[in-house]
Amino acid sequence: MMPEMKIVRISDDALARALGADKLADAFARLGHEVQRTSSWGMHWLEPLVEIDGNGFGTATLDDVNAILDGSSDKAIGRIDEHPFIARQQRLTFARAGKTRALSLDDYQATGGWSGLRRARQIGSEQIIEDVLKSGLRGRGGAGFPAGIKWRTVAAAPGGQKYIVCNADEGDSGTFADRMVMEGDPYALIEGMAIAGEAVGADQGYIYCRSEYPDAIRKLEAALRLCAHIIAPFRCEVRTGAGAYVCGEETSLLNSLEGKRGEVRAKPPLPALQGLFGRPTVVNNVLTLAAVPHILGEGGANDYDALGMGRSKGTMPIQLAGNIKQGGLFETAFGITLRELIEDIGGGTLSGRPVKAVQVGGPLGAYIHPDQFDIRFDYEEYTAADALIGHGGITVFDEDTDMSEMARFAMEFCAAESCGKCTPCRIGAVRGVEVIDRIRSARNTGIARKRDVVELSPVMHNAPKDNGRLPEQEIALLTDLCETMKFGSLCALGGFTPYPVMSALRNWPEDFVRGSGEVVGLVLDKAGA
Amino acid sequence: MIDKTQRIGEILAAHRHREGPLLPILHDVQEEFGCVDIEAERLIATGLNLSRADVHGVVSFYHDYTPTADPRPQVQICRAEACKARGVEKLIDRATREAGDRVHVKTVYCLGLCAAGPAARVGDRLYARLDEKSMVQVIENA
Repeated sequence: MMPEMKIVRISDDALARALGADKLADAFARLGHEVQRTSSWGMHWLEPLVEIDGNGFGTATLDDVNAILDGSSDKAIGRIDEHPFIARQQRLTFARAGKTRALSLDDYQATGGWSGLRRARQIGSEQIIEDVLKSGLRGRGGAGFPAGIKWRTVAAAPGGQKYIVCNADEGDSGTFADRMVMEGDPYALIEGMAIAGEAVGADQGYIYCRSEYPDAIRKLEAALRLCAHIIAPFRCEVRTGAGAYVCGEETSLLNSLEGKRGEVRAKPPLPALQGLFGRPTVVNNVLTLAAVPHILGEGGANDYDALGMGRSKGTMPIQLAGNIKQGGLFETAFGITLRELIEDIGGGTLSGRPVKAVQVGGPLGAYIHPDQFDIRFDYEEYTAADALIGHGGITVFDEDTDMSEMARFAMEFCAAESCGKCTPCRIGAVRGVEVIDRIRSARNTGIARKRDVVELSPVMHNAPKDNGRLPEQEIALLTDLCETMKFGSLCALGGFTPYPVMSALRNWPEDFVRGSGEVVGLVLDKAGA
Repeated sequence: MIDKTQRIGEILAAHRHREGPLLPILHDVQEEFGCVDIEAERLIATGLNLSRADVHGVVSFYHDYTPTADPRPQVQICRAEACKARGVEKLIDRATREAGDRVHVKTVYCLGLCAAGPAARVGDRLYARLDEKSMVQVIENA
């Protein structure tokens, strides 16, 4: 007897493919079932996730195929949309995640696609900007600047040619929401860009995507070909980055698009007035632009404004990553606490050991101690705690982590990725690695570094001729260096690298200095840091 | 072997009309020849009416462009925070030993698979949730 043919839905997101989703899809297809490759639900710990009639099976392997089909599989998780991880979310930007095929125009249209752009074209520039302002949408790239104000500035700027640039250089470790939008719902991003173009009077858009995301580039290019007639006269193309983290900074990104070294520009002039090729330019993150079609839909701005807390409105796609049991994408209104995110939703660490630290906001974000887990997700509340939301990535570390090693890595990363234009970042990061190396070596060996031959030679008049710095003096030096980088750097790379370093030092002094770490506290108090 | 001057000329012609053509050109040249060497820089500079210093400045800025071609297969391993939190550092020694001189192991920072690290990339293929065994396999098959 021929078995009944089923519709099997498997994600073609890069993460699912990296875990064997393609082979799994082939296996179902070979058995005569119809396989639909959809976007990912964002439950990454369950990928590859197989969906049949709304029921999920994960993590599925080739050995599970027969059991899944005959209903006997122990990988069954019940209905996906009723799974607590999905049911607890408020998905606006990711409303289509898991439900549609990324490149299907029919799927996009059937789920309300292009209605934001249609309405935008009817209401005109001023009203679009009014709607975006009313929604309270703030830039999701990290800085949290109100999108509507940026758009209004560009709209009012004189000059013929204007540009919409999408910052898709998502280099922060622990973040993948941009990638999921580009791979799973590319039309939403393109629609957001077309609406921005309508609002400010720009007919050309560029999506600057990092080269580490080949799947996203391929999908965006295909999507742009398929929807060119819908967004016309707006035109858009994808540009591929070349492996420079700093190009996620907007002015550096603009230089890179122009075909120059990705060096940061001094501001002012603001990109809104003199951006790409000196023209007025909107530079927004993928998540910001992808949130726009919903806001421009009927009543969307009010919906958005009703969610969130304080001045942080709407929803934030939060990314749970690192050593966490249930990692993935969790979109929810602002105001949720870290404890809820990590313990209730994420299920604690993957390793099962206690959480030691959580880094929020990528490599430039502060390490947060479990004592601070009641902090609520809100731009202002994080700033007050000397931390940042950044792009909404949360990376969890268990107790095996050596925080002085993570502080060293922050400096090492800054040194590797610095564009070299300003001194605090270019040289400070290198010196930072050296200082932390000395601190760590004193901790491991119990012997502080002595002055070397060069320092002791008579011609080095200014070098002190003593026995070398004590650990507390090295800590004071590091604190001082971080102050210089924080206030003297041109952009966030050098300016924010002190956040992970200083937060690690403040919260886990015992990882830097032998014994109780009390000396660190004394030094920090004295420095007022 | 195709004539390098001619091939670079074709790449230049394909992109010259675009706004900001240099990076797309460099990507194509890197892809075609495995590197952007001095000769290529000279041809591109002439073609775009830039100085060689301008072109060299750009080529040397970005991690994706290399001055010489490496015939070995390349395995990129992510060693950023999220993959560190999931234990990638414990795999590095073994990976380097396994690679030896045959495979080029390159450190990258973030492949966007942060909830399923450690992650690696070979060409356009990605691998996630690697342990020692699967990491060795990735390198062997590279």
